[in-house]
Amino acid sequence: MRLTDLTLKELWHRKSQLLSGLLAITLGIGVIVGIRSISIVSEKAVSVNLDNLGANILILPQAASVDNYYAADIDAPTFPEEYVEKIVTSTLPGVDNLSPKLTRRIKLGNESVVLTGILPKSEIASKPIWQQGGLKAEQLIASCAPSKTPKKYLDAKLQRKGIDTLANNDCYIGYSIAQRLNLSEGSTLTLQNKEFKVTKILPETGTVDDDRVFANLHEVQSLLGTGEQISAIEIMGCCNEITDGLLGKMRNVLPDTRITTIGQIVSTQIKTNQLMNKLSLVFLIIIVFVGGISIGNYIWANVNERRKEIGILRMIGYQKRHIYNILILKAMIMGLTGGIAGYIIGTVAAVWLGPQFAGISVSPLYILLPVSIAIAIIISVTGSVIPAYMAGKIESFSNMQED
Amino acid sequence: MLIQIKDLTKTYQRHNGAINAVDSLSFDIDKGSFITITGPSGSGKTTLLLIIGGLLRPTSGRMIYGGNELNLDSDEEMAIFRSNHIGFVMQSFALVPYLTAVENIMIALNVKNKNKAENRNRAIELLKWVGLDDRTTHYPRELSAGQQQRVAIARALANSPDLLLADEPTGNLDPGLSREILSILSKINKEQKTTIVMVTHSPVAAEYGDVKIHLQEGKLLGHSIMKKVFVS
Repeated sequence: MRLTDLTLKELWHRKSQLLSGLLAITLGIGVIVGIRSISIVSEKAVSVNLDNLGANILILPQAASVDNYYAADIDAPTFPEEYVEKIVTSTLPGVDNLSPKLTRRIKLGNESVVLTGILPKSEIASKPIWQQGGLKAEQLIASCAPSKTPKKYLDAKLQRKGIDTLANNDCYIGYSIAQRLNLSEGSTLTLQNKEFKVTKILPETGTVDDDRVFANLHEVQSLLGTGEQISAIEIMGCCNEITDGLLGKMRNVLPDTRITTIGQIVSTQIKTNQLMNKLSLVFLIIIVFVGGISIGNYIWANVNERRKEIGILRMIGYQKRHIYNILILKAMIMGLTGGIAGYIIGTVAAVWLGPQFAGISVSPLYILLPVSIAIAIIISVTGSVIPAYMAGKIESFSNMQED
Repeated sequence: MLIQIKDLTKTYQRHNGAINAVDSLSFDIDKGSFITITGPSGSGKTTLLLIIGGLLRPTSGRMIYGGNELNLDSDEEMAIFRSNHIGFVMQSFALVPYLTAVENIMIALNVKNKNKAENRNRAIELLKWVGLDDRTTHYPRELSAGQQQRVAIARALANSPDLLLADEPTGNLDPGLSREILSILSKINKEQKTTIVMVTHSPVAAEYGDVKIHLQEGKLLGHSIMKKVFVS
């Protein structure tokens, strides 16, 4: 019967108290893990987006936000497809490869997917990762490039390609959704009562594209009954022209739209991530106080309840340091349990809620497990120091009087 | 001579002044003796027992064990003294409720020996000695009062103490069980030569002692090594 056995026996003896004592620290760690899991994945997504997003200008309806566009809400505002032609006919310099899109979130079985209508030839399949996936495309170049000869592009990421063809009953499937629905190339799926053939499973990008189904824009418009409306136009603009006021000129052409650059989107996303990181920090501070006080309070109540037991131990020869060790060991076990439970709850919540609310697929981040355990143990032990010290002061004859 | 007690005093401060629970007590505890301490409630019996066991610090006085003076002010030194030389048997049994009979004995053994297997064997051996070898895995709530007290006695003997201190060990037991427990204590005293100091209200229990101390208001009213002096 070692101190560890004694501590475990005591914990098991008071299970319900243990659970209530663990609640605050478990939930606190769970919230931190959940936020960190989502924000870390989100940070990676921003990074991947920077590499893979071909377009650098995004035109949205005036009433829409970037979030609306990515969330593909059913009520997200749209604007007429003819705006594409307006830009083309405006002959603005530095504007290439307009890619109109219509996005809507729909149900595919039990899965929520974003149906995205794109136009073959004009869709900027410039994402290098798509190309790595073997997507057939013609190379496109921006008019502002130093030379119209592709080989002049030293950076492969500047090489833009357009999708050759996308028949009315063909579709491309994002990586995650293909995994979840167990789809493979050549299989069929029914979207809004129309059967489509999966012509390509897109490689994993770590972005919202992984949860998208891409089909012909006009077919999607027909299926969704939106008429000739689109959600956004992605444009490959020249950086120099953008700097020289291209956005202002475009706003003159399309005054009732919101025109933003990828830089702004990324900047917004980075700010969101920073906010989430700050939120994690705030929760960490809260959990340090609430969790520490909660565990300390639990240990203190436990010490008072166990005065007789502690007296018995002192009576049979246990020294103060043995009593400290028992209580600190108990706090460590609680911290370990709370850290593991919090990690599991936070991770499950992030994996489950990430796609639902943040539109991103979250995978478990195992590095957060030791961090969670370490934080929980430190908080738990810190909160228990004073009660353990007070327990050492319990008179060893506390149990001597008759019950 | 096992312990010499010299001029022990324990004073409690009350709102109406200081009270000497133990007042300038001096006597010797011989090795192998069975001492009973009697006296009315509030006479300082339990306080004296607690001081002898190193559980309560006296206000003044000295205790000499085996020729060496004990540092009664040192918690840790007294804890080591208890684990090495003292066994306790309490009226309320003082068993840990979530530990089985064998585990309650093992926690006492663990203070001096960390070997789990050895401790288990020793604990089972002690339970067998008190006639509870078929109750090793029972929790205190699953044992009768007499059985619980026998576990407590087995635990008190775990580290082969020189001195066993018993505070009203039969106080919660019926006469039949009381005799059973007193017989065990007597057997321990005779067979193992363990010195016993027992506080009791019961004249019958006091009969088991070969040295009797009678306290009143913290003072030694009588001290006899002759049996039956106080019985009448």
